[in-house]
This record gives sequence, structure tokens and C-alpha cells, in this order.
Amino acid sequence: MNNLADKLFSNISKLVAISVLLLVAWIFTTLVQNSMESIKALGFDFILGNKWAPNIEKFGALPAIYGSVISTFIAMMLAVPVAIGVAIFLSELAPAKLKTPVGVSIELLAAIPSVVYGMWGLFYFVPIVRDIFGGVGISMLTAGMVLSIMILPFMAAVTRDAMNTTPDILKESAYALGGTKWDVIKDIVIPYAKAGIIGSFILALGRAIGETMAVTFVMGNVHKISFDLTKAATSIPVTLANEFNEADSGIYYSSLFELSLLLLVVSFTIISIAKFYFLRRKRIA
Amino acid sequence: MATIIEITENKALEVKNFEFSYAGTDAPSIRTLNMPIAKNSITALIGPSGCGKTTLLRSFNRMHDLYPGNRYSGEILFHDRNILSPKEDLIHLRIQIGMIFQKPTAFPMSIFDNVAYGMRLQGVKNKTELADRVEKALKDAAIFKEVKDRLKHDANGLSGGQQQRLCIARAIAVEPEVLLFDEPTSALDPISTAGIEELIVELKDRVSIVIVTHNMQQAARVSDYTGFMYMGELIELGITEELFVTPRERLTEEYITGKFG
Repeated sequence: MNNLADKLFSNISKLVAISVLLLVAWIFTTLVQNSMESIKALGFDFILGNKWAPNIEKFGALPAIYGSVISTFIAMMLAVPVAIGVAIFLSELAPAKLKTPVGVSIELLAAIPSVVYGMWGLFYFVPIVRDIFGGVGISMLTAGMVLSIMILPFMAAVTRDAMNTTPDILKESAYALGGTKWDVIKDIVIPYAKAGIIGSFILALGRAIGETMAVTFVMGNVHKISFDLTKAATSIPVTLANEFNEADSGIYYSSLFELSLLLLVVSFTIISIAKFYFLRRKRIA
Repeated sequence: MATIIEITENKALEVKNFEFSYAGTDAPSIRTLNMPIAKNSITALIGPSGCGKTTLLRSFNRMHDLYPGNRYSGEILFHDRNILSPKEDLIHLRIQIGMIFQKPTAFPMSIFDNVAYGMRLQGVKNKTELADRVEKALKDAAIFKEVKDRLKHDANGLSGGQQQRLCIARAIAVEPEVLLFDEPTSALDPISTAGIEELIVELKDRVSIVIVTHNMQQAARVSDYTGFMYMGELIELGITEELFVTPRERLTEEYITGKFG
């Protein structure tokens, strides 16, 4: 009887586990199927073309790819140093009285839905960027800044957790050799937590590159590659969010699917790299 | 009430009326403790768990100051200065009084960089000087032969016993006057333990050593003086042989004969 219950339970859990795999496969094949028309018609011109004009059936995704890469790059450049600073403060420097409230508020920030960041960015960030950098304010730069604020709490929290795994005895050993707090942080804590820290950056990168709502508000959906960061631009998810409603032809519809396939592959790759880092950290610990 | 022998030779450290309480506790972990520590010899601290022996050891290099809220009073004299003074330069103190921990603590860097770490903290930059002193420290810690072909390799690839000797090499590389050992072999197998014990005995020509151990045989094997602590007090300090063969305090006798502990 017991044996039967065991078997039943093991089979149910196996089924549930497999269904997750099936789900991934299903989503992937759906995207591929729907993209086929555009893949066949456009080939590599889809990725390399820089003209996106649905009315004359031109679908070049390069401006969206460029926008995704650059806005994410800006976000990382702004968020990484701040996240490291916050994490060092929380794990090594803050007095116990500050650690908890600051730590909790960072986790609360991480829980804010991205659409809220988007709205807040539109009403409070756009004017600031307009006043300081010029342009209309709806721009690549604004998108990068809003994104950086969105990924910062997650990065800071995970980096702090990674730093907290440094054994006290290891830090004490460095102090016992005459190390200062700064010596211990840079020579012991950061190298020890390095794999976890890099992993958190890559996960944040994955979130930033696929982020839709926070940037849709402030980016503009303009398919044009411009090196002027104060100009409106677009990214893959922004294009998807703005244009599915308007897709009136088969090829338009299919190229949007191909865009989402592209995004899926990129995100997948990023997550895989992050996983690799996390696994390596576990092996060391 | 405590029996503490006179130490005739020079003293490395002298504890006077030392009291210590951890943050958040009212009961002191060490109460009015007086203890001389002889120069160029090995002093072992034994006693049951929670007797305060590690607490005392960690007071000698002010490790307790890393954590807020710990309170202490009294004096610990080192070269006639009270190292408990708030004016004490802790970085300088910790270079003079080194420490080895109960688990090997190889830093996440190469074997060479581990040993060079303390010297680099002191600002030694000259490459030949660093290389010479690293080699000498590794030789003194009896590990040079095993690692000389892989100095650039990650120190975490060494075995536990090798890592602990690496930590000793790292500690003696900065030429301390006193070395504190906090149960240095508790994570090691018997063969590695024997190697570390041999090394500790060899080191006493150059440094004064205080070793906390939960292993009475180890204290008997390596030390010149042994202090028995119980509930935050030093019950007896004597020449090791005398303390184990003819203890003068009833508590000491009960502890070393295994009546409690």
C-alpha cells in the first residue's frame, strides 16, 4: 500500500516536472512557427536591416536590437557601481540598526511592478532629462536610467547576499594580519563573492533586456538608430508592446513573432550564463 | 584561590585584572584574570567548552573589537604598554601578534599571494624581497617542498593540513613576536595534526606562542606552560609536566582525570 502511494506520488511529481519542460518547448515552437513566414521572406535582412516600415513591408530589426543593447548598457553602467556600493555598505559597514531597515526597503523596491517605474519615469524622469540634457525627454537615456533604477534593488540585494556568505573566520584572518576594513572588503569579501556578484549582474542584465513596461513609457518607439542618446528610440519589447495591435498583414505579424523569438533566445543565453556562474559559486562554497 | 606560578624568564604578555563581557550579556565571560605569558615558550590554555580560553586568546590581538558592544577592562601588557588602551594601533598590534584559526583559512588567491598578503598590506612592493620572504616563510612552515612548483595555483586546492601550514607561513611571514593558535588542529586528521604540532614546537625559538586546545594530550605534548581555565577564571597556571602530573588545584585534577569537561 505504502509502496503504491510512493509510486503514485513519484509519478505525479514527474508529470509536473515534465510539463514545465513541455511548456518551454511549446512556447518555443509557437514562436518559431509564427516567425516562419518572416524568416523565409526576409532572412538575415531582418536582423541587419535598419528600416522598419510596415506600410511598405520593410522589417529591419536593427534599430530595436540597437535600442535594447544600448538602453541595457546604460542601465548596467549606472546600476552596477551603485549596487556594489549599497551591498558593501549593507554587508560590511552598516551598523546593525541600519542594516535591517535599509535591507528591507531595498527588497521592497525590488517588489515594485515595472509599470509603476514606467509611469513614475514618464512623469518625473522625463522632465529632469529634458531640462538637463535637452531633447524632448522621451529618449534612450531616460529608458536606460529608469531601467537602472528598476534593476538596482535586485542587484544590490543579491550582491549583498553573496557578500554575506563570506565566512567570518576568513575575514578575521585578514584582520589578524593587519588588514583594514577596506583591505578585507577588496581582497577577501569581493573575491570570495565574485561568482555570485557576477551572476547577479547577468540576471539583472537578463531582466533589463526583456523589460517592457518600464521602458515603453519613456522610450518613444522610434525605429531609428541614433547615436544621440537624448533622441527617442525603441527596443525589442517596446516594439512588441506597441505594435501587435496594429499588425494588419501576415508578414508584419510574423516579423513581430520573429522579434520575440530573438528576445527569447537572447534572454535564454543570458540566463544560462548566469546559471553557470551560480553553479560555479556553489561548487566553490 | 588560583595557583599561578612565578615566571622567571622574560614575559611576552602579562594579563592584569582582565575582565570581559560579550555584547548583550551581563555575566562576564572572563572575571579578574591575572596571567603571565613567558617569552619564547609555548603556553597552552585548556578547559571545558565555554570556560573563556578562546575569549582570552582573542583579546590578545583585540579581535573582539571587530564586533560592536563587547566590554572589557583591566590590562594586557605587551612591551610594557597596555594593548587594551583605546589609543592602541590595532593594525600595528595585529602585525606583532599573529593568529592561526581553528579551521584553515586560505584566502581566495594563489599560494604565493596568500603568503605575501601580510607583507603587501605593510607596503612591501619589491618583487625579489617578496619572493625571498615568501620562500623563507614557506620553508619555515615546512610546506615549501610540496608547493614550490605550484605557487601560482589557487590555495584552496591544497589539503586541510597543507592549508593550515600555509596559514602559519602567512602568519610568520610578517615576523610577529607572538603567535596565537586557536585550536589549530581541530579540523585536521591525526597525521596533519602531528605535523602542525611539530611545527609549533620548532617556532618557539623565534616567537612566543599561546595555544588554545580542547585536547589535553596536545597541550601535554607541545607546551611548556599550561593554564587551566574554568568558568571565566584561570584556576591554575603551571609548568606543563607539573600541572598534568601533580596538579595543585582540586578542579584541575578533576578536569585532567576526566571527572568533568
